[in-house]
Amino acid sequence: MRIDGAGLINRNKPVTFSFDGRSYQGFEGDTLASALLANGVRLMGRSFKYHRPRGVFTAGSEEPNALMTVGRGAAQTPNVRATVQEIYEGLEARSQNRWPSLSADLLSVNDLLSPFLGAGFYYKTFMWPRSFWEKLYEPVIRRAAGLGALSGAPDTARYDRAYAFCDLLVVGSGPSGLMAALTAARAGADVILCEEDSAFGGRLNSEAEEIDGAPARDWVQAVLAELDSLPNVRLMKRTTVTGAYDQGTYGALQRVALHMADPGDRPLETFWHIAAKACVLAAGALERPIAFPMNDRPGVMMASALRSYLHRFNVAPGKRVAVFGNNDGARQTAEDLRAAGVEVAALVDSRPEAELPVGFNAFKGAQVIHTKGYMGLKSITVSTGSREEVIEADCLAVSGGWNPTLHLTCHMGARPVWDETLAAFLPAEKSVPGMIPAGAAKGIFSTAGCLADGQRAAKEALKALGLKAKASDLPAASDAPYSVAPLWQVPGKGRAWLDFQNDVTVKDVKQAAQENFRSVEHMKRYTTQGMATDQGKNSNVGALAVLADATGRGIPETGTTTFRPPFAPVSIAAMGAGARGKGFAPERFTTSHAANIARGAPMIEAGLWYRPSYFPRPGDAGWQEACNREVGFVRNAVGVCDVSTLGKIDIQGPDAAAFLDFVYCNTFSTLKEGRVRYGLMLREDGHVMDDGTCARLGETHYLMTTTTAAAGQVMKHLEFVSQALRPELDVSFTSVTEHWAQFAVAGPKSRALLDSLLDAPVDESAFPFMGCGAVTVAGVPARLFRISFSGEHAYEIAVPARYGAALYGDLVARAEVLGGGAYGMEALNVLRIEKGFITHAEIHGRTTAFDIGMGRMVSARKDCIGKAASRREGLSGPEREQLVGLRPVLPEGRLPAGAHLFSENRPPTRENSEGYVTSTCFSPSLGHEIALGFLKNGPLRRGEVVKLVDHLRGVETLCTVCDPVFIDPDGGRMRG
Amino acid sequence: MRITCPYCGTRDLREFSYRGAASDLERPDAEAPPEEWHAYLHLRDNPAGVTRDLWYHEMGCASWLVVTRNTVTHEILACDLARDVALKAREAKR
Repeated sequence: MRIDGAGLINRNKPVTFSFDGRSYQGFEGDTLASALLANGVRLMGRSFKYHRPRGVFTAGSEEPNALMTVGRGAAQTPNVRATVQEIYEGLEARSQNRWPSLSADLLSVNDLLSPFLGAGFYYKTFMWPRSFWEKLYEPVIRRAAGLGALSGAPDTARYDRAYAFCDLLVVGSGPSGLMAALTAARAGADVILCEEDSAFGGRLNSEAEEIDGAPARDWVQAVLAELDSLPNVRLMKRTTVTGAYDQGTYGALQRVALHMADPGDRPLETFWHIAAKACVLAAGALERPIAFPMNDRPGVMMASALRSYLHRFNVAPGKRVAVFGNNDGARQTAEDLRAAGVEVAALVDSRPEAELPVGFNAFKGAQVIHTKGYMGLKSITVSTGSREEVIEADCLAVSGGWNPTLHLTCHMGARPVWDETLAAFLPAEKSVPGMIPAGAAKGIFSTAGCLADGQRAAKEALKALGLKAKASDLPAASDAPYSVAPLWQVPGKGRAWLDFQNDVTVKDVKQAAQENFRSVEHMKRYTTQGMATDQGKNSNVGALAVLADATGRGIPETGTTTFRPPFAPVSIAAMGAGARGKGFAPERFTTSHAANIARGAPMIEAGLWYRPSYFPRPGDAGWQEACNREVGFVRNAVGVCDVSTLGKIDIQGPDAAAFLDFVYCNTFSTLKEGRVRYGLMLREDGHVMDDGTCARLGETHYLMTTTTAAAGQVMKHLEFVSQALRPELDVSFTSVTEHWAQFAVAGPKSRALLDSLLDAPVDESAFPFMGCGAVTVAGVPARLFRISFSGEHAYEIAVPARYGAALYGDLVARAEVLGGGAYGMEALNVLRIEKGFITHAEIHGRTTAFDIGMGRMVSARKDCIGKAASRREGLSGPEREQLVGLRPVLPEGRLPAGAHLFSENRPPTRENSEGYVTSTCFSPSLGHEIALGFLKNGPLRRGEVVKLVDHLRGVETLCTVCDPVFIDPDGGRMRG
Repeated sequence: MRITCPYCGTRDLREFSYRGAASDLERPDAEAPPEEWHAYLHLRDNPAGVTRDLWYHEMGCASWLVVTRNTVTHEILACDLARDVALKAREAKR
């Protein structure tokens, strides 16, 4: 219930929200947890495995119990920690992992079965029959054990990714962090201060501390005001630094609008990449529980959490509160409760020598050995060793000491170091380059100590940055020493929980040790200790202490499991922000895109490009009919196709020719100006990289084309050869793929079309087959290339991209008048297969120039990339699979790509495979399917009948090996 | 990870693409024996410590870079233009 006090809630701003359908009221500044506690709600969740009733356990991001689903529909978020989620008007929260309801959960039958469900239960029980695991056991187990669920619908909310740079990143804004930020900011450093909480101040918001004789919060406000006034400081609250990476890179998750009823156009969360020259880790410490029997009742919580609820949220989590600890935190909690007017049922300190204040029902050298109250704590049993006493209490605050929050110091491989005096792990020296742990994160637990250490850390960072700290005094604060007597487990009847979220008990860890899972990493996997969404923040150290005890080793020998990013859960949506839908794969459109869409062409992806597949017409039976028609345009009249997606690289310089001779396996220095040559490029390992045409536009000016798929790779390759292998050559090049729109005009009537279009008719002497040169279209300078990828008399015409759309429309209209029209990728593919032209289906990375029948193109007169390696044994010869054409013996025979080729009389097994099919199509010109493929010693086996077998599609076809050029083998049409 | 490009300054990893060991710069002569070509094409050291590799500033100035870094600490120790490294190696050969 709510008590008087000056916390950080705004009592003038009530907020209405709901939990499991019931409406509640809290105040601005409340978390879901504090508001529910204020309304007397103790039961907030069910545990993972046993469905035990659980209440809120902490007041921070380490919360294991109070996980809820917030929101509805597509936007519902599961496993939201009620201790982190701030309430807003209309917030809807629901409990998880219960059926039918939180208070009457039928699956709590698991709890009765707990003697059988201990560590390793699944592994031992569901061994056989094997097939049952996937079909029966796993689905049932998954339904019975678990957390919240996603809606299954796409999340339409906005998320963002952002980048920041600074001199000093300060992680945490308690006394150390604020002091560090202030010291660095005053010295002129660019500072980013990240605070995970919704309020700056760290523990100072949650304790009755004083600084300079006034409430600590006054000091916090004064420091914040100064930091806020400085231009070199960026204050980021609700921002969890989740990971430390190379070179001072930090990941951070900012909850931008998760606390707002209406986020407007804000992202819900932003994932930050922060590059910091130095970092002060002032992340504080996490209080750890004590594993005593039945320590998981709703109402049992951390003492520090109780003080947070008391001081910050003005909530008393119980009417009669007991306190149990092994350090002075217990006494402090009892005194704070008394000061707030809350009845303290008992003060139990495990240390026999503890000095406890008068006026409490105090027990020294005593332990809580049992609790009662299934749906919420009713009583505790205290034992002093000689006597036991049952004490009524509805809340128990527990403190087992503090663990420094050193997670980030371990993200680059460092292991923490055990400190016997503090009974805690401390950050190792120089664990992350540039990161300086300070204050509680380093094991300094007094306020005065933290203030001083924050200043010290900032000075150290400033020195590394080459800046000088201004002289300033430290504020005065309490310097109470921290003394703790380790207490990990309390023996007794009943289960003692370590990991509340994954239902791991002391008994489970001991059993793991007994079954020889003695390494801490094995124990973790066997018991699932620390593997839940809280990653064992408040339980790992306790569990390994129990393991150390069970194995007879010390804690330092036992060691910790590996700390990995992220420190706290990060939604995938935030990490992947900007990379959904079109953001995931950008689209590249040609200048003809709109016209092709308008014609109803289905588009296919070619890399990031989109190209028309075919152009349907009313009455078409399917794509094949459209494809056949378009092939007919090119074979009989004229077809038009956008080929702008091919890579175009402009190459200039006195040494351009020498450079091309080196990157192509054939020769380009002998190419005449105004002529085009087919070129083959090898990789240095002797295999084919890419092919294309290259035109010599002038003495020192070439234009190279690459395939669409390899354009980027070739550009990168050229840059490498030029800069790294032939730096002496004076040549430069640039990609002009986007600058020119280029269209193939192919077919017997292509010349007629161009004559009607160009400002002057095509001059036969200037444009023989493989000629090129400048022309003008409606006064616009253009380039014309007489090249053919269809085997027909054909041209490609290029204009600056801004004229592309207009030219395409004109070309298609003229083609249609001549009985032709636009053709798409399907027809283009048929046309090239009929001519035996290769694509990356054939030059797939494992083929050599020899394999595709171009072995003689590798010039003997010069060196080139790949030449030496191409002469290696095994890269040429009859054992190689070489390019062949295939036609079915019976006209209806099918030749699917991917099928393998076998000698007719041998069984079609893998070891008998003699080749495979790479490209296939129905040839309208021939009236049956044709294919290109690779066959051992293929060119010498023309006329032989081989067996094609596609095991996947169940096809078996006898086919005849033939020349890969099916149409016009002597090239008369192309040249004529 | 960030790389300091000699032309563009310190830039994020995403602007660069990786190729492999800087030994790719030491291309053998065309007539070199097969063993030398085999070593050039296939044999790579895998040091725990300082290594030199080739990066391409693909989303920047298109420079090929030789980056010297430590595979154990992930420190980046130097970043030179591959062109300069190649020319210097040639000078040394003469």
